[in-house]
Amino acid sequence: MAATEYIVRTKDVMKEFKMGQEVLRALNGVSVDIKRGEYISIMGPSGSGKSTLFNAIGGLDKPDSGSVFINDVDMAQLDSNELAFLRCHTIGYIFQTFNLITVMTALENVRLPTIFAGMNSDEGTDRGIELLELVGLGHRLHHKPSELSGGQQQRVAIARALANNPSIILADEPTGNLDSKTGTEIIELLRRLNKESGVTVISATHDYKMLDVSDRIIWIRDGKIDKIENRADLDIQLGGMAGQEGH
Amino acid sequence: MVKIAINGLKIRFWRSMVTASGIILGIAFLAYVSTNLISSGAATADQRARMIWLVVMSLLVSTVGIVNSMLMSVTERFREIGTMKCLGAPDGFVVSLFVVEAVFVGSAASVGGWFLGYVGAVFQKACAIGFGPAFASVGATHSAELAGGCVLVGILITLIATIAPAERAAAMPAAAALRTEV
Repeated sequence: MAATEYIVRTKDVMKEFKMGQEVLRALNGVSVDIKRGEYISIMGPSGSGKSTLFNAIGGLDKPDSGSVFINDVDMAQLDSNELAFLRCHTIGYIFQTFNLITVMTALENVRLPTIFAGMNSDEGTDRGIELLELVGLGHRLHHKPSELSGGQQQRVAIARALANNPSIILADEPTGNLDSKTGTEIIELLRRLNKESGVTVISATHDYKMLDVSDRIIWIRDGKIDKIENRADLDIQLGGMAGQEGH
Repeated sequence: MVKIAINGLKIRFWRSMVTASGIILGIAFLAYVSTNLISSGAATADQRARMIWLVVMSLLVSTVGIVNSMLMSVTERFREIGTMKCLGAPDGFVVSLFVVEAVFVGSAASVGGWFLGYVGAVFQKACAIGFGPAFASVGATHSAELAGGCVLVGILITLIATIAPAERAAAMPAAAALRTEV
């Protein structure tokens, strides 16, 4: 197998936080391999360390020990500009709180990463319009985030994450601030993008709706991997449980 | 980038005005005193030294004020900075964003401050010798170089006050910047 089959690999990732006198070990030796084009959900109760893992994979925070490889590049070896380049071109981020720049319109928000990538103004605008149409917001180009609903804001954030054609989309509780119906729409949108453009989706969540669409689910508990399940296995499990109820 | 900076200034107009007013007052005092210093050639060395001391002190105070205001402006935008870093903004971009803002605020406020100081000097003279001669007298001593100097000092002070907070914000890990609640 080619080494590039794995787009993200983590090895014994450890991260500690100091809370006053106590040291909290948020991640305690996490190793996962994620294949190109997979749709992964990282599941776990709050405080289990899933957001910390998310931050480590995204290069937003440095682990205390262990390493994270993106496309076989060790993130710890990158300086801040190389990290910025990686974030700009390889990874698209989606957040629970959307994190749109409130003073900019939807189009300007989506254009922002193209500026960092050095794309010129016209190209960036075209790209922004194309992406906003892709997420179904072609009629909301010049609205500010405050004039958009939660679901629409998250769509803008998804369009923004896609701006530079990343190979990974990292989503931290993308449905956490949305009602159930809107959440389903966002999940379906992510799944569609994953299927159509082959972008790897890694999403930290505790929304069970995510289970249905994931290829694999990584369960995290107390900073360690509890279990990794394939969806195929999960279906059998659920089927088994349904069968038991029938008896 | 310049567009983003101007946009940021427009949205936070009143905050920028507070920063600006610190610079305006500092530079106004500088312009006023330096005019007087040159025109009152008769003043003793001791008096001159005291004047210079006063100007330096007032500039120091206004610098501290600008640093304070800039720290606030950077802190309230931690999330924005974190988001930009997530989207791939290099540290240098974040710093230059604040520097561009500082240059805009600094130059506008310095010109305003110089004008205020100049008018102040003219008025003071006018009380003694009337408007016509006052304009001539102040105009004769207050050269273009002096005006340019005042504006330059203003911009310089703003830049010095901006760079430290901006560098600090840009060097933060993106996750830490995003976690902050303001």
